Amino acid sequence: MKRYYFDHSATTRVDAAVTEAMMKAMRENYGNPSSIHGFGREARVALEDARERIARILNCDPAELFFTSGGTEADNLALMGVMEANRDKGDHLIVSKIEHHAVLETARFLEQHGFRVSYVSPDSYGIIQPDEVMRAIIPGTVLISIMHANNEVGTINPIGKIGQIAREQGILFHTDAVQSFGKLPTDVKDLNVDMLSLSGHKIYGPKGVGAIYIRKGVKLSRRTQGGHQEREMRTGTENLPGAIGLSVAAQICQSKMAAESEHLTRLRDRFWEGLKSRLPDIHLNGHPTERLPGLVNISFEGLEGEALMLTLDMKGLAVSTGSACSSGQTSASHVLLAMGIPPQIAQGSIRFSLGRENDDESVDYALEVVPQVVENFRAMAF
Amino acid sequence: MSGGVDSSVAAALLAKQGYQVVGLTMKLYDHEGAGIARDSIRGCCSLDAALRAQAVCHTIGIPHYSVDMIDEFEHYVIRDFISEYISGRTPNPCVRCNTYLKWGVLYEKARRLGCDKIATGHYARIREGDGEYQLWRAADGNKDQAYALWGIPRERLSDTLLPLGDLAKTEVRRIASEFGLKTAQTPDSQEICFIPAGEYGDFLLKRVPHLAEIRMGGELVEETNQGRRSVGNHDGYPFYTIGQRKGLGGGFPEPRYVLSTDPAANRVVIGSRERLLGSAFRADQINWLIAPPRQPISVQIQIRYHSPAVTGSISPDESGAGIRLHEPVEAITPGQSAAFFDADRLIGGGRIIETEHSRTN
Repeated sequence: MKRYYFDHSATTRVDAAVTEAMMKAMRENYGNPSSIHGFGREARVALEDARERIARILNCDPAELFFTSGGTEADNLALMGVMEANRDKGDHLIVSKIEHHAVLETARFLEQHGFRVSYVSPDSYGIIQPDEVMRAIIPGTVLISIMHANNEVGTINPIGKIGQIAREQGILFHTDAVQSFGKLPTDVKDLNVDMLSLSGHKIYGPKGVGAIYIRKGVKLSRRTQGGHQEREMRTGTENLPGAIGLSVAAQICQSKMAAESEHLTRLRDRFWEGLKSRLPDIHLNGHPTERLPGLVNISFEGLEGEALMLTLDMKGLAVSTGSACSSGQTSASHVLLAMGIPPQIAQGSIRFSLGRENDDESVDYALEVVPQVVENFRAMAF
Repeated sequence: MSGGVDSSVAAALLAKQGYQVVGLTMKLYDHEGAGIARDSIRGCCSLDAALRAQAVCHTIGIPHYSVDMIDEFEHYVIRDFISEYISGRTPNPCVRCNTYLKWGVLYEKARRLGCDKIATGHYARIREGDGEYQLWRAADGNKDQAYALWGIPRERLSDTLLPLGDLAKTEVRRIASEFGLKTAQTPDSQEICFIPAGEYGDFLLKRVPHLAEIRMGGELVEETNQGRRSVGNHDGYPFYTIGQRKGLGGGFPEPRYVLSTDPAANRVVIGSRERLLGSAFRADQINWLIAPPRQPISVQIQIRYHSPAVTGSISPDESGAGIRLHEPVEAITPGQSAAFFDADRLIGGGRIIETEHSRTN
C-alpha cells in the first residue's frame, strides 16, 4: 500500500544533499574541533563555516549562535539559563498558553522552583496579541518567550511587535522558531528578539541537532558543566556532522523558501477547499491566512481524533492529532483549548502538515480517503 | 496485546490465517507519573510491554497502536480495587479488567477502528453450537483461564476469537520462536499489573492515607469451640485475606488462618484450618453466558483461580444468587469470583459477597 506523509510538522525526511554532506564529514572530517592538530583544525574550520551559514540566515553574528541537541534543549537553555542568571533583576517569566511543551514544561518547572510565571492566552485564531503580553508585564519581569509559529495550528505571531514592547520595557525576549525557521523569514533584528531556538529535523535536516541564537550581552547560565565548547555556553564535543547537516538544510530552505511557500500554500488551500466542499461540519482551526504554508488543523464534528488518525494510518495517510510528543494520550490539545475551542470539537481535530513529500497526487489521495473515512465514522451508531 | 508471548502468538496465528489484524495495547496507568517507573519492566501493559508488542507487530507485519485508557482503568479497576479492600473484601482486578476494559471499552474502540472481532491470548475456547456461541475451558488444564472470563457480556462471544484455546503453553512458546517473535521467552507476568512487586498494602496506604489510623489497635480474635477470645492486635483489616496464615504472630499450638474480617469493628478473626471450610455463600454481580435461569440449577462452581470446580447448586434471586456446594471447600473469600461451569463450559459467574463467616456489604 502506498503511503502518504502529511506530518511534516512532526519531522521531515533528510534532504539528499544534507545526507551527502554529513556522510562526507563523517568519512573525511572526523577530528575533534577542539584538537590542536591538523585533523582538529580542519574540523574546526568546517564547524565555524556551518555556524556562519546559519548566522547569515538569521542576520546575527556567528559568535551569537550555539549548537545544541535540538529545539527542546535550546528552549530549556533559554528559559532556565536566563531566569537563573538574572535573579537580581527579577523572578517573573511570561510565556503563552500555546507554547510547545519544551517551553511550557520548563516554565512549570521554574514555577516549582521559586519563580513566577504568567501564561498569556491567545485570541480565538491562536494569535498572541502584543497588548495581551503587555498586560502581563510586572516590575519583576525578566523574560518573555512567545513562539514564532505554532506547531499545532500553524498560526504566526507578531513577534516583531512583541519584541518591540519587550525592548521598550527592558525585558529579554525569546522566540521558539522551531516551526518557522526555514519556512518564514527569521531575521533576528526584524523580529526584535534576544534569543531564538531552531531545530534541524523540521527543515529536512538530521534529528538530534538544533541551535540557539543568544544576543551578545544577554546574561545566561549554562546547563552543561565540563568543557569549554561553544564559548562555554553549551559544552560537550560538538556534533560536527549534525551542525554541517543543519547548515546545509537551512541554506536549502532559504533558497527554496519563496517557491516552496507558494507551492505548499496552493496544495494546502486545494486540500482545505476540497474537504470543505465534500464534508459538512468541519472547521479550520487557527488564522485563515497568517499561518505556515502547508499546515491545516481541522476539527471534524462528531469524531474522535484518535480513531480518525489510526484509521487514516491504516489507509496509508500519516497525520497527527495534537503534537507528536503527546502520542498515546488522548487529552485534547492544550493549544485548541486555549483558543477557546470546546473540548468535544478539540477532541475531533487532526493536523495535516504538508511539505516536500507532498504533491498533487498526495492531495488527491487525501481528498479521496478523508471524506470516506469521516462519513463512515459519522454513519456508525457508536 | 499485553507485551507477553500469549497475545503475541494469538496475533501471529490470526494474521497467518488471513485475518486483517490490528494490535492494540492498552495504556492503563502512568507508571512514570505515579513514580514507580523503573522496576516494572515486566508489568503487563507497561511502557516496555507496549514497545515489545510494537516490535512483535512489526515482525508479523500488522499495525500496532497504544490506546489511552488510563481514565477508564482508574474508574473501573483501581477504584473498585480500593473500595473492595476498604469494605473488607479481596478484589479481583483482572476480572474487572477483562469485563469492563478488554470486552468493554477496548472492544468499542476496536469496533470504531473498523474491526469486527476482538481476540486475546487467553487460554479458553469459543465454540459455536446450538445456534449460540459458547465459552469453554482450554485444552491446557494448567493454563486454563476460563475462570477469569465470567464477566464477558454474552453478546460479545460471537465477536470473540481465542486462538490459543487448543494449544499447550509450551507449544505457544515454540510457535513464537518459529515466528521469530521477540516475546518468545518473555516470562509470564504473575503480579497485578498496576502494583509492582505485589505490595498492595503500600498502594492502599498511598491512595487512602487515613488507613494508617486503623493500623493500630485492631482486635485480633480467635474462634474456638469455647467461643471467641481476644489474642492481640492486628495491622488493619484490609491487609488480611481469608485463608492467610502469615503475619498473625506466633504462640499458637497449631497454625492459625484468617477466617474473616470485620471492617466496622476493625476486627480480624482467626482459627484453625478446619474452620476455613465452607459450603454455602451468596454471589452478586451475576453475569450469565447462557439464558439466565429462573430456577435453581446444579452445576460446577470454581471459587479460586487454578482450583478445581466443585458440584453445587445455584439459586438465583432478585439480588444475585445463593450457592450451596455439595462438599466444603477452604477459604471462600468475599470479593473473589465464583465461576459457574457445566462440565467444561463456562456458563456464568459472579462476585462472592457473603459467606457463612463473613457478612459484608
